[in-house]
Amino acid sequence: MKVAVLKGGRSFEREISLLSGANVEASLRRLGHEVLPLDVDREMVRILRDESPDVAFIAMHGQGGEDGTVQELLEIIGVRYTGSGVNASSRAWDKVVAKAAFTSVGIPTPDSYAFSQAAFRELGAADALGEIETRLGLPLVVKPARGGSALGIRLAHEPADIPAALVAALAYDDRLMMERFVSGRELSVVILGNEDPEALPIVEAIPLGKEFYDFESRYTPGATELRTPADLPASVADEVVHVALDCYRALRCHGFARVDLILDRDDRPWVLELNTIPGLTDTSIAPRAAAAAGMEFDEMIERVLGYADLGG
Amino acid sequence: MRNTHSQVTHEDARRYEERFAVRARKIKASAMRDLMALAERPDVISLAGGFPDMELFPADVFQTVMDAVRAEHLTTALQYGPTEGLRELRERIVQIMAHERATATVDQIMITSGGQQGINLSVRSFVDPGEVVIAEGPTYPGAVPPFTTYEADVVHIPMDDDGMIVDELEPALERLRDEGRRVKLIYTIPNFHNPAGVTMSLERRERLIDIAHRHEIMVVEDNPYGQIRFDGEPLPSLYELDEGRGWVVYVSTFSKILAPGLRVGWVAAAPPVLRQMNLGKQSEDLCSGTLNQRFILEYLERYDWRQHVARLNEVYRTRRDALLTALEEEFPASAHWTRPRGGLFVWATLPDYIDTQDLLARAIDRNVAFVPGGAAFLDGQGKSSMRMNYSQLPPTVLTEGVRRIGEVIAETTELFEGLGGVR
Repeated sequence: MKVAVLKGGRSFEREISLLSGANVEASLRRLGHEVLPLDVDREMVRILRDESPDVAFIAMHGQGGEDGTVQELLEIIGVRYTGSGVNASSRAWDKVVAKAAFTSVGIPTPDSYAFSQAAFRELGAADALGEIETRLGLPLVVKPARGGSALGIRLAHEPADIPAALVAALAYDDRLMMERFVSGRELSVVILGNEDPEALPIVEAIPLGKEFYDFESRYTPGATELRTPADLPASVADEVVHVALDCYRALRCHGFARVDLILDRDDRPWVLELNTIPGLTDTSIAPRAAAAAGMEFDEMIERVLGYADLGG
Repeated sequence: MRNTHSQVTHEDARRYEERFAVRARKIKASAMRDLMALAERPDVISLAGGFPDMELFPADVFQTVMDAVRAEHLTTALQYGPTEGLRELRERIVQIMAHERATATVDQIMITSGGQQGINLSVRSFVDPGEVVIAEGPTYPGAVPPFTTYEADVVHIPMDDDGMIVDELEPALERLRDEGRRVKLIYTIPNFHNPAGVTMSLERRERLIDIAHRHEIMVVEDNPYGQIRFDGEPLPSLYELDEGRGWVVYVSTFSKILAPGLRVGWVAAAPPVLRQMNLGKQSEDLCSGTLNQRFILEYLERYDWRQHVARLNEVYRTRRDALLTALEEEFPASAHWTRPRGGLFVWATLPDYIDTQDLLARAIDRNVAFVPGGAAFLDGQGKSSMRMNYSQLPPTVLTEGVRRIGEVIAETTELFEGLGGVR
């Protein structure tokens, strides 16, 4: 098969995407496919039209690649692609929309409030910060509504920290989310499939030298170690997988995705977000999860390729 | 069949990851790196660089020098050389150092592969894991990898317009001693500091040397920018003020006065220190490129390097002026910045509610970039500061770059105040 690998682009996650893309290309070549690597730019549509690949493997992270934009373009020009469709991609990309979808079907996710920059500028939303603090409690997490990396995410410990945290989040998106902080174990579930999705073994990010995963170690490079499968009682693991699969179905995801959750001190899972294009670098979670399931990287890539479709 | 590189599987990559030394695994990329990668796009006005402008190196000079190397030294220039470097070049370096008010003899000089190797060899030779290196805060971001590699525990001493605040050095040394921590090196850039842009005053230089003598701590004096001077006369180097007592390792380079692509620098130190560094250098690269050393020698034979540097300084001075003027016009009154009298960098500090890494995200949206200050600290400081380089861009472009940064600062400030933040 002739497979275009879409990677790079102009998002903040360009570097990671180039690494994911390179791994996917190498894997596709080993699998015997003809590979067309594309660091996407304004030539993308023209090149895809000229080359007419059988499938586009989307290895882009962040804005443009993970938000439904490139998916929509591929549908317009009639190129089948891997991963979720336009609707699921755009809903998962926006944490506020995804959360609403999760809540509507009873999936546990930490309470939150979302505001646009305009709400602060034009509607005096800042005057409601006191109520938000009271309802969510402190510390609270402030994050850009859209964005896949850790950039712009802050933990506000006291009321005086909040304005600067809001400013930080709004540097990356014109909408932000304030969320109740849940302390606990950081888990990820990678899911493969279309109608009848399958969860791979749960991956846990373990903070080095700390008993509990705190906010700083979650976002400090080199401070964590991944454990697969996570050491959990069977009933808890079942519940985590069940919740993750519910998320996948709630957004009508396709191909593959990664669900990030926190397991609180009472072993209750709380969903933070769902990524429709999980990282595929050498140190990423998805390849670890596949390995724990006895699945080689190439096998995972072949399966994701096999799920490719025109429109999720 | 052996795997070719493209056939290395994901499982192979993980196998390596598990085998890499713990020390090597500690050097990790950061979120800042992802942002800086975007700064390299061609449509971005980047004040984030730190390179000298190589357009200023005359093409005909390059041709003449290369011809001379080929005609007179081809065989030796292509051969291994002594680890300490070509003797004639070391003799020339003694003369160059004299212009920096640093007196050395040829047996105190070793050629290195850029000043960077001089820093690396210093840390490598003196610092055991967990021992303390004192560095200015901010410090040269390129010194961070050697510090991290040799597992140094870095303690920053703050700076003002006169360089390292030496008054704070002695209390810090006493506190560290009380805590049972051993201080091995003091790393400093006294002239036109990168990134701070300031120069250490004579009085502080004297006190720093006095403290080093009394506490018996080695000082690494990194002086890549001393010749990139727009006015005034050089102050005595720390190497000079040490008066031959051997507590100072002097590091410098041809990168800023000739060309960084040559990768030729040097260290000056007491012979026993040099012998230790020589062993380290043998392990790193046996010797620095002989061809490049020969190129520099032939250049120095034929041309007056000081005239070339004077031309560079004229251009850089105009660019610095453009940057400073633009800062006056475009940056808010609450910001402050250094006014370098040489070197390549201005360091600006904004109100502390502005995180310059987040500001960079907004700036990149407007196609302009700088280095967030956090890169110059190992302890999380510098979040509201930024480094701007002026050596690579013409004045009109610098002015436009600063105008755009000023715009995103103004937006951020307005937003912060609208959110009830107190300045």
